[in-house]
Amino acid sequence: MKLAHLRPSARMLPVLASLGVLILLYAGGCVAFENFGSLRVLINLFGDNAFLGVAAVGATFVILSGGIDLSVGAVVAFTGVLIASLIGHGQAPLLAIGLALGLGAGFGALMGALIHLYALPPFLVTLGGMFLARGLAFVVHPESLSIDHPFYGEFISQTLSVPVSRRLAIPFTAFALLAVVLAGAALARWSRYGRNVLAIGSSESSARLMGVPIGATKILVYTLGGFLSALGGVVATFYMQSGNPASFVGLELDAIAAAVIGGTLLRGGVGYIPGTLVGVLILGLIQTLVIFQGTLNSWWTRIAVGGLLFVFIVLQQLTARRRE
Amino acid sequence: MSAPVLVCRGLTKRFPGVVALDGVDFCARGGEVHALMGENGAGKSTLIKALTGVHPRDAGEASVDGRPVHPRSPREAEAAGISTVYQEVNLIPDLSIAENICLGRQRTRLGFIRWGEARTRARAALARLGLELDVDRTLSECSIAVQQLVAIARATDIDARVLILDEPTSSLDAGEVAQLFTVVRRLRDQGLAIVFVSHFLDQVYALADRITVLRNGRLVGEFPVAELPRLQLVAHMMGRSVDEVEALRHRDRPAAAPGEPLLSTHGLARRHAVLPLDLELRRGEVLGLRGLLGSGRTEVARLLFGLDRADAGETRLEGRPVVFHSPAEAMRAGLGLTPEDRKTQAILPNLTVRENLIVALQARRGLWKQIPRAEQDRLVADFTRALGIKTSGPEQLIRNLSGGNQRRVILAGSLATEPRLLILDEPTRGIDVGAQADIERLLAKLRDQGLAIVFICADTAELSRNSQRIAVLRDHAKVAELTGTEVNEQAVMRAIAREAAA
Amino acid sequence: MIVDLLIWPALAALLWVNRRRPLLWPLLALALLLLFNRLFTPGFFILEIRDGRLYGTLVDVLNQGSKVMLLALGMTLVIATGGVDPSVGATMAIAGAVMARLAGVSIPVALGGGLGVALLAGAWNGLLVSAFRIQPIIATLILMVAGRGVAQLVTDGQIINFEQPALVYLGNGSLLGLPFTLALVLGMFVLTALLVRRTALGLFIEAIGDNETAARFTGLPARPVKFLVYVFAGFCAGLAGLVAASNIKSADANHIGLYLELDAILAVVVGGTALTGGRFQLAGSLIGALLIQTLGTTLYARNVGADVATVPKAMVILAVCLLQSPVLRAKLAGLRRPTPVAIRKEGSA
Repeated sequence: MKLAHLRPSARMLPVLASLGVLILLYAGGCVAFENFGSLRVLINLFGDNAFLGVAAVGATFVILSGGIDLSVGAVVAFTGVLIASLIGHGQAPLLAIGLALGLGAGFGALMGALIHLYALPPFLVTLGGMFLARGLAFVVHPESLSIDHPFYGEFISQTLSVPVSRRLAIPFTAFALLAVVLAGAALARWSRYGRNVLAIGSSESSARLMGVPIGATKILVYTLGGFLSALGGVVATFYMQSGNPASFVGLELDAIAAAVIGGTLLRGGVGYIPGTLVGVLILGLIQTLVIFQGTLNSWWTRIAVGGLLFVFIVLQQLTARRRE
Repeated sequence: MSAPVLVCRGLTKRFPGVVALDGVDFCARGGEVHALMGENGAGKSTLIKALTGVHPRDAGEASVDGRPVHPRSPREAEAAGISTVYQEVNLIPDLSIAENICLGRQRTRLGFIRWGEARTRARAALARLGLELDVDRTLSECSIAVQQLVAIARATDIDARVLILDEPTSSLDAGEVAQLFTVVRRLRDQGLAIVFVSHFLDQVYALADRITVLRNGRLVGEFPVAELPRLQLVAHMMGRSVDEVEALRHRDRPAAAPGEPLLSTHGLARRHAVLPLDLELRRGEVLGLRGLLGSGRTEVARLLFGLDRADAGETRLEGRPVVFHSPAEAMRAGLGLTPEDRKTQAILPNLTVRENLIVALQARRGLWKQIPRAEQDRLVADFTRALGIKTSGPEQLIRNLSGGNQRRVILAGSLATEPRLLILDEPTRGIDVGAQADIERLLAKLRDQGLAIVFICADTAELSRNSQRIAVLRDHAKVAELTGTEVNEQAVMRAIAREAAA
Repeated sequence: MIVDLLIWPALAALLWVNRRRPLLWPLLALALLLLFNRLFTPGFFILEIRDGRLYGTLVDVLNQGSKVMLLALGMTLVIATGGVDPSVGATMAIAGAVMARLAGVSIPVALGGGLGVALLAGAWNGLLVSAFRIQPIIATLILMVAGRGVAQLVTDGQIINFEQPALVYLGNGSLLGLPFTLALVLGMFVLTALLVRRTALGLFIEAIGDNETAARFTGLPARPVKFLVYVFAGFCAGLAGLVAASNIKSADANHIGLYLELDAILAVVVGGTALTGGRFQLAGSLIGALLIQTLGTTLYARNVGADVATVPKAMVILAVCLLQSPVLRAKLAGLRRPTPVAIRKEGSA
């Protein structure tokens, strides 16, 4: 497996820029605020945003195939409240988690099937999916529900976290994030399936003529998206120890923003899973910076993200033009 | 005589309301280039699609090397040994050359793609064609000609027995065509059976060993190239006798009676597109534009019409300097353009004939001055009559019209703006010979009415038939201008050949 | 009783007139929904007059649906050019916030400020799409993400209340017995219809959405038209935002217009305009918005909580998509097409 084909070209520019922004923001934070450069902040950056990162990887795959998934936030919320409810009714946590993951995958498969078999626009189908999942979440339980189970309380929080010092430990969620990103990157770069996804996103008509199995690839990518959204929901339950049907409204926007900032083009065919991780970390970093600042209010996060998106979109536009 | 590789008998395909293929026999032999020719609607692309599994055939049989084949998808066709390269390069623009060649066929180890092997394989596939390219380059960064060669490399990478090339030269300039032909001949010498679909007579006669002619879905005949004079071929394609075709060829040769210069350019240039160009367009005259390098002529048209901005030089309209920043400005000054109609169609498919016809005029009038309905109706009626547009009514959706009629509507749209100068970019490409004759007659009429016309055409015979002067472009520069008695096919060919050898 | 005498014949007449037109389907769906309510939801059609004003569930539908209807008008033109603008919800929030903030200064300033800032938002989107040539869904993403943050900035994170009668009238007042918002919607509809049908704007929009390359070749002013539709969408969003704030006499930056952009897009698609652009149906979009609102009200009247009501909404989306699916249409028509092709309903001249 030679890495020569990873030679940077003009198209890698946005990704490198994202990395640069990440480093810049982090360095800036370390300089501006005491304790910013601490290990705790770094660990929290990964651990707190793990659920978004996992879901965003799924969203990235869908975008790479030329589609879009608006149901991410709703599925994350549904998964959370479902698990909380099942555990609350006495089900074993692993069973609850397994069921939730299965449902997420099935949900994604359903959307993918509708999109492919009936040539429906992904925007509308996943919009419907979002409404459906959100409504079902409220059907499961109308309010926030906390999870009270030794699996969560001890196993995940303590046994599976890696202590770094006497008071600090790397939470399981951070490992989950890294594992998913690694697996996703490997899938995208080194598997036939991943290359097929990119092919379809770049030019579906050509991919069809080249013998790429359009139907299977597409349906699978939405299945993967649904699965990872559900996994994100599972990670969220680890993080928040509860499930809430009203939570994560607009999460899909964050996922899409993270992907775009990470170098993925919304038209499909071009993108990098590790880039999405960078995007998620940038989002998390901005939020941390705002918190550390203290006086700035939380809405500045949104404005900052919007501004960053603007910069990256224009950057992508410019580098794309130069290639023509 | 080499052995038959692909044998088809009695291929039939029906669509609702029309029989696209009617009992066609076809035979491609190894080590041979076999051209497939016919007018639009003759059944060429249906035959190809039937062979490659895009359309399931209704009757008939096909076999490769004696084995019966019945592909139901392009993938199955490939597995059977039939590879196709289409007119639009159907590859993945965002992936590398190596990836494009190996897509779907990558070797894996424990599920991981072996990239090193993929790249080696890609290089080998290119070497088979006699090419050496940087296989890590992203496909979209390569020219169309290179992309096409990559497509051929992919098609021949698997054990193809038959290679079908569907209009491969439409986007290529002469140099690139020559390179393509070298590759094709090399593959032919390796024993491949090559099917070459094209409407360029010159190219067919240069490359092919055999020609099969289809007309109206039926087989007209299969002929060795050496035994089929061009006139006879055209006669077969049109279903008319040789004499009739002869008569068409020698229609009223336009007498040169040009008026004053309407538009002239001096040193007009655009970086990477057009070198300093001096051109003069006169009223009542047709100036033919023939690009030795195909892309050059469209660039000139775009420059004249304000789609692109010039970097140097000037344009004068009736002696006064003008600059067009947009097509709207050019149109206000009296220019008109009917664009080349290939993938990016010039029609608004889901709008009506009426809307397509008046939209250019409306664009000229502006946003706020709507053309009254009565005037719209009048325009449609007048032009339908004048150009012989066959439609069920002005409210018919234009996409339901035949290609030729669509082209007429677009031409009417340009004419409705009452231009003084009309640029026609390949107005007869892809439409049948009968409709072509109509448009050529119209061209003469417009010229006689005093229009200055720029006629861009890749078909040398057609070009010389209709122009009073011909400007020959090469390497984005005008290298020759033919007038008077020089305006004939041979002279144009000589000029091109002279420049090509230079 | 009077309602029965008026509404059913009117609906029947509308359906008959449109029997071969694209407007048939959304009208039919609306009619069926109303019929369902007539039969199974007691009190749905009861109207009463109090203090010279009409009250009843039907009136509520018209009133509450006014926001989505306004959004849908602007969204129709944007979608017709082949774009989409999911940032209108955020624009609503900004407009409402600015109006509430400026309520104390003066009425014209408050209204002007709210609408002005909405126009700016629309111009921002329009600039990105037309001048920077950024894909619409990407360009509008920026405002969609940052917009509510800006709105919160204006309100300083608080919910700003206001009491000025003129501003309250906007969303709650009545004109000739009917809600003022209805007059607003009708007025905007007439204005929009005149704009697109009495000028070349409609033709240009449809041309751009149908085949932008060909449209450019005709010399029509593609960039200004595209810019204009986003500004117009911003204006509609501004109006809707002012109405929304006026409804609750306050500006809540987090909740004004939440999800309404999605309802608007759905309304446009239900109404017969394809997501890919081209031919558009203004009246269809209004009917689509009415349909969505009626659905919501129906569910509410049947004690289905607003949160769970999204499930039936999802079914509606699915049904609409399927009906417009070229693949399904081909199957129903008995043909089998090898590759999907965008189809428009015919005869919509």
